[in-house]
Amino acid sequence: MTYVCLTDADREEMLATIGVSSVEELFRDIPEGVRLKRELDLDDPLSELEIVQRLERLAARNVPAGEEISFLGAGVYDHYVPAIVDAILERGEFLTAYTPYQPELSQGVLQALFEYQTVICELTGMDVSNASGYDGTTVAADACYIAKHATGRSKVVLAESLNPQVRQVVRTYAPGFGLEVVDVPHREGVTDPEELRAAAEGAAAVIFQQPNFFGCLEPAPELAAAANDAGALPVAHVDPVSLGVLEAPGAYGCAIAIGEGQGAGNPLAFGGPHYGFIAAREEFTRRMPGRIVGETTDVDGNRGYVLTLQTREQHIRREKATSNITTNQTLLALGGLIHLCWLGPQGLRELGETCMSLAEHTKDRLGLQPVFPERTTFKEFAVRIGRPAVEAIRAARTRGVHPGYPLGRDYEGMDDVLLVAVTEKRTLDEIEALAGALAA
Amino acid sequence: MKLIFERSREGRRAATVPRPDGLARAEAPQELRRRRPPRLPEIPENEIVRHFTKLTTRNFGIDTGFYPLGSCTMKYNPRVNERVAALPGFRDLHPLQDEEGSQGALELMVELQEILAEVTGLDAVSLQPAAGSQGELTGLMLMRAYFADRGEGDRRRKIVVADTAHGTNPASVTMAGYELVKVDTDKRGNIDLDDLRAKVDDETAGLMLTNPSTLGLFDEHIEEIARIFHESGGLLYYDGANLNAVCGISRPGDMGFDIVHINLHKTFSQPHGGGGPGGGPIAVRRRLEPYLPVPAVVRDGRRYRLEFDRPKSIGKVRAFTGPFGVFVRSYAFILAWGRELKTMSEDAVLNANYLLARLRDAYELPYDRLCMHEFVLSARNLKREHGITALDVAKRLMDYDFHPPTIYFPLVVPEALMIEPTETETKETLDEFADAMTAIAREAAEDPDVIKSAPHNRPVKRLDEVKAAKRAVVRYRFEDHPDLAAEPTASAATEAPKGV
Repeated sequence: MTYVCLTDADREEMLATIGVSSVEELFRDIPEGVRLKRELDLDDPLSELEIVQRLERLAARNVPAGEEISFLGAGVYDHYVPAIVDAILERGEFLTAYTPYQPELSQGVLQALFEYQTVICELTGMDVSNASGYDGTTVAADACYIAKHATGRSKVVLAESLNPQVRQVVRTYAPGFGLEVVDVPHREGVTDPEELRAAAEGAAAVIFQQPNFFGCLEPAPELAAAANDAGALPVAHVDPVSLGVLEAPGAYGCAIAIGEGQGAGNPLAFGGPHYGFIAAREEFTRRMPGRIVGETTDVDGNRGYVLTLQTREQHIRREKATSNITTNQTLLALGGLIHLCWLGPQGLRELGETCMSLAEHTKDRLGLQPVFPERTTFKEFAVRIGRPAVEAIRAARTRGVHPGYPLGRDYEGMDDVLLVAVTEKRTLDEIEALAGALAA
Repeated sequence: MKLIFERSREGRRAATVPRPDGLARAEAPQELRRRRPPRLPEIPENEIVRHFTKLTTRNFGIDTGFYPLGSCTMKYNPRVNERVAALPGFRDLHPLQDEEGSQGALELMVELQEILAEVTGLDAVSLQPAAGSQGELTGLMLMRAYFADRGEGDRRRKIVVADTAHGTNPASVTMAGYELVKVDTDKRGNIDLDDLRAKVDDETAGLMLTNPSTLGLFDEHIEEIARIFHESGGLLYYDGANLNAVCGISRPGDMGFDIVHINLHKTFSQPHGGGGPGGGPIAVRRRLEPYLPVPAVVRDGRRYRLEFDRPKSIGKVRAFTGPFGVFVRSYAFILAWGRELKTMSEDAVLNANYLLARLRDAYELPYDRLCMHEFVLSARNLKREHGITALDVAKRLMDYDFHPPTIYFPLVVPEALMIEPTETETKETLDEFADAMTAIAREAAEDPDVIKSAPHNRPVKRLDEVKAAKRAVVRYRFEDHPDLAAEPTASAATEAPKGV
């Protein structure tokens, strides 16, 4: 057995100090009827080496990106995470701390989160960011909650081209918020501003994605204008990796920007933990969910950082809080901060350009029919392959290529459509391998 | 210390991005293209490493020292768990990989579900919720779905919450669209049964309870509480924040609870990461299983698969199947203990009672009972006699190189100091902490100023939280620092990249 810190001699001494005769006696307040009268039915304890061996066996039964050439995306992307991210996040002072309730012992995490909030504001063109949400789906529900209370309206509009998992999570939360959810269909891969304008009438918020789930660039400024026209808050769900080349939501009139942070700084990890980001215009500062770090001074006038605006939060405001979030995704958000600092403004732009250029090149090399030929795409695109996508995936995988995501899982009439994601990690040779696998 | 933006100099960079030869350059249409680059820092890689390394020296984790933050279960985070979570077969696995290519991950999740069912004494588990508070919200959504299905949804609108509850409980009640009913605590620190009986009727959907409570006390009337709810047709929700006290000793399912969330970052040692990530799986009785989030992760003979076809499911509460990396760490942690997990809880409770015995004379003890894995003292005596508050005690503990306990919570205890040592501390560490706490109580009488001006050896002194909230400066204000606020280099904005 491992991680035990007490010896039997310690235990005897401690029990004597407490004034009881056995460990058993410490549990005397637990009624007899609710005690477990047998040992837990678990395996024998393992040594550290045995644990590693067992988990290596399990890991070996997975096929990660890297063991095959992967063009899977659909919300989570195989971007390169620089070595310094792991090196810094493994430091115990960050890894093993908790929420910085005691600022004098937590200036490291607090300052880093202040820097993270600044970076998110810069990327999105917004005034205030929280210290992270759970992921790119739950921040959409958070945005709906803000909008409901800010507008007093009880309907939200979701673009059908918004990630289906984001839409599902909003639908799960909506009944508790007292919100009705309305979808606006896509037209040839993007949302029609006029249709959105009509649906947004009386709505608290409109959420669209840029680039959208199909990889297509939405007419985002027109969508934001349509929502604003109708008095609904425009909410853009954006990819941080795109924001070196694509316009910031704040620059085209959005009230709130949200997104999945994973592509900046987090490994795939079979879907998590990752971080969601949420940023808004200043007027929504006091409606934001979760932790926010603010700048202040100590008694000597030195600059320092604290958790602030806490009267929004559950530990102060309880049932009147703006959210129930407590534990967030700080470590993952710090990974994002480090990655984005490493990229800098020029690296972020180059990263976006490389992804976009490689994706265009991939389209050309595949020679397949794009589903939405009129649209500009970013790093992901949908193609018809003339046979069930699920079969094509199975066949391609036997050749060491995972060709993408079968869109038929979420959209009718798309059983023969593959959503192909191309990150900077894919080489020209790998793109040829994809073309070969799909042609086979 | 400088912010990273204040280390930025035009034209510097760390990243290199692949730019394949001969690749045609693709561009977004003019009207969608970014006009003004984000003001990310321009800084070489070694300076980034130094900046964040310096920040780590201004932070305190479990690896730094004793961290008895009540209700947070700050136990040692074994490093082997980081090693296994970083295995490429886990770390680089795409969540949409097909079932054939993710059998190991699915098997790990099914095994963890089975372990959590055994530890909680319940039947079915969903690993999907991202943290404890999302587990709570998910549990309340299950109640809604369950009662709606029984045609009682419109009637059962109330959730009963103890006045000692974590703030997340009432906040979750509101977010789930329920009405909050508060129930009092009695003189022994149990739920006041008379008050409870008066507040439970056929409009009550359920109870949310932490047991042991945030006072560190096991509710002696738990069987009667369960009876009251079940007789009225309500459901019992167990806030698993304090599960570290009772693993292998008493299971929430056996206590009568129908829904439980487990904080993997507390009981099962996922590192807290400066505030997260966490994991908040929920375990339920069989009759609630149809409502659990989709997809379910199921065992099918010797195969493992995702099951989406659950028509009564509440839906999804986050992306994919939950924070998988957290599952790997917690699974590895549980493998180390195995069937001896009970010892973990026994030592946690022994450590807490030992500290309580050592400190009960120096501080007030509002509920004089044996505690479970944590206990709550009051600094009321120091405040009354010497003007020293719980906050002062907390700040002075930093001078002794300890992280302070949770303070001013639970709200029912004035000047509360909530202390949770966990099982991963030696007797010597506990003694040093007890000595420090006792010394501070003595200093309160002899030299109160040294306490009021603490901490003395940290990068900053006491920080002005009122000023922070009033100013609400929540991002770096480039405009206040004009020399640093220059637009990123002209080259970053306009120069044609090489090779594209």
